[in-house]
Amino acid sequence: MLNIALPKGRLGEKVYAMFAAAGFECPSILEPNRKLIFENEAAGVRYFWVKPSDVAIYVERGAADIGVAGKDILLEYAPEVYELLDLNVGVCRMAVAAKRDFRDNPERTLRVATKFANIARRYYAGLGRDIDIIHLNGSIELAPILGLSDVIVDIVETGKTLLENDLVPMETIVPISARLIANKASYKFHADEIEAVARGLKRQVKA
Amino acid sequence: MTEYPLKPEERVLFALRGLYQKYGYSQFKMSKFEEYDLYARNKDFLISDGVITFTDTDGRLMALKPDVTLSIIKNTRHAPGDVQKLYYSENVYRISGSTRSFKEIMQTGLECIGDVDLYNLCEVISLAAQSLKLIDPHYVLDLSHMGVVSALVDALQPEGEVREQVLRCVAEKNADGVRKLCPGQNTDAICAMIAARGPARDVIESMRPWCADGPAREALAELERVAAVLSATGCEGVNVDFSIVNDMNYYNGIVFMGYIDGIPSSVLSGGQYDKLMRRMGHASRAVGFAIYTDLLERLSGGQRPYDVDTVLLYDDSADAAALSLAIQKLTGSGGSVCALKRVPEKLRYRRLLRFEEGGIASNA
Repeated sequence: MLNIALPKGRLGEKVYAMFAAAGFECPSILEPNRKLIFENEAAGVRYFWVKPSDVAIYVERGAADIGVAGKDILLEYAPEVYELLDLNVGVCRMAVAAKRDFRDNPERTLRVATKFANIARRYYAGLGRDIDIIHLNGSIELAPILGLSDVIVDIVETGKTLLENDLVPMETIVPISARLIANKASYKFHADEIEAVARGLKRQVKA
Repeated sequence: MTEYPLKPEERVLFALRGLYQKYGYSQFKMSKFEEYDLYARNKDFLISDGVITFTDTDGRLMALKPDVTLSIIKNTRHAPGDVQKLYYSENVYRISGSTRSFKEIMQTGLECIGDVDLYNLCEVISLAAQSLKLIDPHYVLDLSHMGVVSALVDALQPEGEVREQVLRCVAEKNADGVRKLCPGQNTDAICAMIAARGPARDVIESMRPWCADGPAREALAELERVAAVLSATGCEGVNVDFSIVNDMNYYNGIVFMGYIDGIPSSVLSGGQYDKLMRRMGHASRAVGFAIYTDLLERLSGGQRPYDVDTVLLYDDSADAAALSLAIQKLTGSGGSVCALKRVPEKLRYRRLLRFEEGGIASNA
């Protein structure tokens, strides 16, 4: 039996559809209730919904054998896991955005508001830019509007939220999509089952 | 009835010492402290970055040792033809887990230093497999060869940071990532290496077409020689998986990692570290491994059903000598006994007896 951690929400539903199409369905998961664990013994899978940013923790710590996590989470927390497949869903990008009239002054420390402190730190270290990280947990777009920060580092999907707040994406740091990840030790003992899931999912990946 | 008092991890530690001594490895004892400079010069060799430091009475900056291997190498004196076989069981001080706080961790390991030949190399790998088997019969020991990995990665001629990223992708079994990092290049060999896993003979056969010449061929041949010796000596549970990528500044040749079913990360890690020897001014070769015995706590399984087998209640009127004799009698029959005047709220026991004048009442 493989334990599979799926991210709660729209992305998770999309990803579950891929698992189901690959032959690992679990019909009870679609019933409207508040259960968190769903099992299909015949297909050898047990799914559970967890907060998207927690999937990597469940997998790294072995509570789940495999899971689906965004590349943003993998880059930010660098968990010790295998990254077996790019599912090419939940496609977006990690970008730097700022107010439309923002001009960077390299003589000053750049104030960066973000949920992704490690990604931001690494990106600006690569540029040799001195920055001050302002760690926020949500509504990142507010920061430059209120003068809390000069720029933000955040996920940009369509750019609509930015546009509505008069912000513009300036640089793309890295493209993001959902990845199939596996616990390294679980992989050693269940490699055939895990690879079977990965192969099935690969057939569902749209180019 | 309460089992023998050794915890599973303690029992394993005793068994491991016995195993290493049987193969002529002698114990290396060291002090808790080492000059900080040793670690500062070889920072990347350490698993975690933090080191606890303090100033000694003579002004030298000292460290609570975060690692044992560096101290062993520092203290080796090499004579041509010699091989030193050492094992250790020491506490080390490292930053651990997501709490990012220092922890005292019991680490056991083994080093073979000197003119290491094929036999020595295979002996160490075989001892790694035997160590895992002592911990739990459901184990896997994965072998890799840094020569194969670096030759196939270097064939793409990646520069600086891209090379690091490709190596990270190999360690993550991320074939999609390698393709994206090297657009327009033929990444078939690396992707084949990432996909390869399983019994040594099968994997080596599947990799032969991709390692047809140069250093890759040499490295694969060395891996094959080691695998042949291990197979001939009945060493079980050994697979080949090239996703083990240790730091190339220190490690070369064969590297390996051990896993136990039910423990979510590797419990054993090791390999040949001739490059580290050279960096520290030694011409000799070396191979060794460490076992993270702190992880073995997970072997203890769930909670104990009882804290104690028998609680014997007594009161102020009890005669101390008679009470002692009664307890001796009860412990003599094998179970654990706790004599108390009242039962603490959270204590879980199998049976409750009362000590009364003239003997033990069967029920309290």
